[in-house]
Amino acid sequence: MGIKTHSFKKSLWLFHFGGASCNNCDIEILDCLTPRYDVERFGMKLVGSIRHADVLLVNGSINKKDKPRLEEIYNQAPKPIVVVAIGACGCTGGIFAEGNTFAGPVDKIIPVDAYIPGCPPKPEAILAGIVKLLNK
Amino acid sequence: MKELFYFLVYPGLLFAAVAGGLLSWFDRKITAWVQFRKGPPLLQPFYDFLKLLLVKETILPAKGSIILYLLAPVLSLFGATAACVLILLPVLNIQTGFSGDIIVIFYLLNIPPLCYILGALATGNPLASVGASREIKLILSYELSFILVLAAIILKADMNIGLSEIISAQSENAFIGSISGILLFIVSIFCVQAKLGLVPFDIAEAETEINHGSFIEYSGSAYAIIVLTKYIMLITLPAFIGVLLLGGFNTSGVGIVYSVLKILGVVLLLTLIRNTNPRVKIKQAMKFFLIWMNLLAIIAIVLIVFGF
Repeated sequence: MGIKTHSFKKSLWLFHFGGASCNNCDIEILDCLTPRYDVERFGMKLVGSIRHADVLLVNGSINKKDKPRLEEIYNQAPKPIVVVAIGACGCTGGIFAEGNTFAGPVDKIIPVDAYIPGCPPKPEAILAGIVKLLNK
Repeated sequence: MKELFYFLVYPGLLFAAVAGGLLSWFDRKITAWVQFRKGPPLLQPFYDFLKLLLVKETILPAKGSIILYLLAPVLSLFGATAACVLILLPVLNIQTGFSGDIIVIFYLLNIPPLCYILGALATGNPLASVGASREIKLILSYELSFILVLAAIILKADMNIGLSEIISAQSENAFIGSISGILLFIVSIFCVQAKLGLVPFDIAEAETEINHGSFIEYSGSAYAIIVLTKYIMLITLPAFIGVLLLGGFNTSGVGIVYSVLKILGVVLLLTLIRNTNPRVKIKQAMKFFLIWMNLLAIIAIVLIVFGF
């Protein structure tokens, strides 16, 4: 494993994009940063600007208003960027999949590297997804 | 040739980057312990730096001055490194060849914040402009307190304006051992906190309200150089406090342990202040420095005149 891949895997900075979420997934993501789960052990931290991010966390159903914003955020991100869809709404659309304003699950809009299903996924599930992503 | 070695390897760029990176890890680890977390691994700052430098793409602003945008991080790195070299050379008993280097250091320490402002304004991002304007106000407020501290220390060292003379003036007992020394230490700790942009005074890069402010548009290698500058500033400013007030550093034998403990102690103090305080507003920060810190520094100067 080269030094590039190694340092990239050891220092993933997270940017959180919430679509039309019911806020449960947002709270579970924040749970991962609390003392109990503490993803800073793996060198991850939450950043405020997409220009610093390595991982784009997307949760919530993406409706017609969110779609151009998600595309804009993805285009503004410095590559390489890893996209993680979190929760049933992010992965498939969940109960909103046949809704009138639904604009397709995340992988129809931007390429997705990892899916973490659940409504909401437990912090353990998010950590398991992160570990799988790191070993990929 | 020797000057180039001093600047690039020891005690300049390479040494300061490695030591500053380790101090940055120390800062994050203490923060984690304060919050009952486990914290990042030892090499985390270097992973962050290498990732930003080697892996990430650097995005240039479409509307804005690209040359200034890319030049600002490099100039800030140069300023921080030059200040670090000038501070650490007298510590290592190497003659810098001129007296009055304390004035030069004062100006060199101003280069990184000024370059952050220039870089932020060159991006054309409105949030970056807000960050830059806050940084300017912060500089205006803490600079006066900082130069009053330097004036008090020059007065205490019998009007000597060279760092070597200031260190030798403290050879018997350090300046912190007197009442005025303690007051100056308090003022300088808060000035350093503001210079480093740590939490009570991180108004310019407020992560939660203006998304990293001045640095919002920086990505990839340009941001890596800014991160490196921050590491170097994290060793330079505690070392400056150590030289000015804590009696310098002994670099022979067991004295090294004692010197390292001095730096770690100052950084620990900065970290604890940053973890136990909320972010202040720019008005509060200006009031804090312009009234209270200046008052403390002036009291310290008066005490020095009367010999305390």
